[in-house]
Amino acid sequence: MTDGKSKLRIGFIPLADATALIIAVDKGFTQAEGLEVELLREVSWSNMRDKLNIGLFDAAHLLAPIAIASSLGLGHVKVPIAAPFNLGLNGNAITVTNDLYKALADNAHGDLTDPKVSARALADVVAERRRKGREPLNFGMTFPFSTHNYQLRFWMASGGVDPDQDLRMVVLPPPYMVESISSGHVDGFCVGAPWNSVAVDLGIGHILHFVSEILQRATEKVLAVRASWAKENPDTLRRLIRAHGKAADFVEDVNNRDEVCNILAAPNRIGVAPEVIRRTLDGKLKTSPEGEYRTSDRYLMIKRLGAARPDPVQAAWLYAQMVRWGHAPMSNEMLAASKAVFRTDLYDAVLGKGDPLPASEPADGVGAFVGPAFDPNDIRAHLSLWKIRRW
Amino acid sequence: MKPKGFRVPMLPDSHLKIVIVDESPIRAAILEDGLREAGHVQVIRIEDTANLLARVYAIDPDVILIDLENPRRDVLEQMFQVSRAVKRPVAMFVDHSDTASIQAAIDAGVSAYIVGGLKKERIKHILDMSIMRFNAFSRLENELEQAKSALEERKVIDRAKGILMKAKNLTEDEAYSLMRKTAMNEKKKIAEIAQSIITAAEMLK
Repeated sequence: MTDGKSKLRIGFIPLADATALIIAVDKGFTQAEGLEVELLREVSWSNMRDKLNIGLFDAAHLLAPIAIASSLGLGHVKVPIAAPFNLGLNGNAITVTNDLYKALADNAHGDLTDPKVSARALADVVAERRRKGREPLNFGMTFPFSTHNYQLRFWMASGGVDPDQDLRMVVLPPPYMVESISSGHVDGFCVGAPWNSVAVDLGIGHILHFVSEILQRATEKVLAVRASWAKENPDTLRRLIRAHGKAADFVEDVNNRDEVCNILAAPNRIGVAPEVIRRTLDGKLKTSPEGEYRTSDRYLMIKRLGAARPDPVQAAWLYAQMVRWGHAPMSNEMLAASKAVFRTDLYDAVLGKGDPLPASEPADGVGAFVGPAFDPNDIRAHLSLWKIRRW
Repeated sequence: MKPKGFRVPMLPDSHLKIVIVDESPIRAAILEDGLREAGHVQVIRIEDTANLLARVYAIDPDVILIDLENPRRDVLEQMFQVSRAVKRPVAMFVDHSDTASIQAAIDAGVSAYIVGGLKKERIKHILDMSIMRFNAFSRLENELEQAKSALEERKVIDRAKGILMKAKNLTEDEAYSLMRKTAMNEKKKIAEIAQSIITAAEMLK
């Protein structure tokens, strides 16, 4: 029944947004498609990118901006990537130290859960530190070409903070985020689950924002293959997409949640307690050491509301951020190439377009908390409306 | 004019500043030795990686070698992005034309970054040396692992022998022959038979 490759090696990083991939394999959805998948746990995004690029992995759980950077040849070898399935929308949060939280609260004009208020408060804290001659704040993110980097920058710049001039952005692998906050090495970070909850549980940080409060729809991780691989193995890829579609549906069914969390908790998968993963999937997170909770039905979206379907608008938004911060040159060809990474066609051919999104979803496909609607076809005009930028 | 003394011949790139980032101090030492033997005089090991990027900027190396099991590798990637902190351009030892090298490096578990626009050919021998030393280290580790498990097996067999000698009133040789015969009959290793004897004896206590 199978033509083409049926034995696959797929890399993943132990994070909650690897859920659809892990369930696709461990719950037998890939096997039902005649695929024999070996899941390989990786320690860094650099390793993941390199192993995918040179063919040691057939597919990878990959940060959406890396898929784009790799396809454009930014910073390293150019290897065109195809992303036919989103592993999740949103899922990150911004956590700050107790000290910074207090400083923000002292400077807040309004409700600190409003990102407009928190970003302006941050600008005040930054200015005050400068007046007093104190060291600039440090913010941690997971990778140079990461959603975390661009989400943090987008949020703080809206309040007048220049992420390159006014503070330091530092790359920190997720497992080191928490120790870096307790050692005072960073004052805040943006990272995925479960690391924000770990900091709060240890009493050393406050979750300031879910990223879904900053952007209603933000493609986080994608299932990535080399574009050449997609061309050589069309049938295998269709089966892989189908298995992911079924797995993502399974994850979204709340009745399966205990089983899903138990599978993910295994030491060779995500390796944290099932209830910690459950909080992420349920979108109910403890946000302060005092025990406050915040809930959101948009915290991490796996399949609902078209979350798994690749959207070129999202690719354009990420490329626009790279241009805004001087990480990529402005080019129409690069914009087109970025959009072409997100393969809606491959998704639709297997899983269909799905129901049209309800009117409550953002019209521009992004839904930023501030600023003009995003225009994926004219990022020059869009970016020129932002004051703080490197382009 | 004073006569010049004999100079020790130096390899052309012996002045290159090389940084090793490896959380295994033994492997880092093995690699450092290799590089020094090859004539490199400026080899610096970074073991405390909490402020990795700041350390690297302060040292300002020409070449950075890092083990692939190190999550801090992502920290180094920040050097690729345009940033005011970067003094010199950085490239990774990765190239379309060089798949064999990359494959060998990844298999060995090491990655190299080149700072300051050095030609890749000039550091090829450094990467080759790293791959060799990393592979040698894995072999050593395997041998150590094997030696350890052999020792463990020895202990288990001795304990089981003691149990048999006491329970069945056998000499040491007889006890050992009995285990060996049983192992052959059941197509198992003697250590496995010995382990079942110990388990059974503990259950019957």
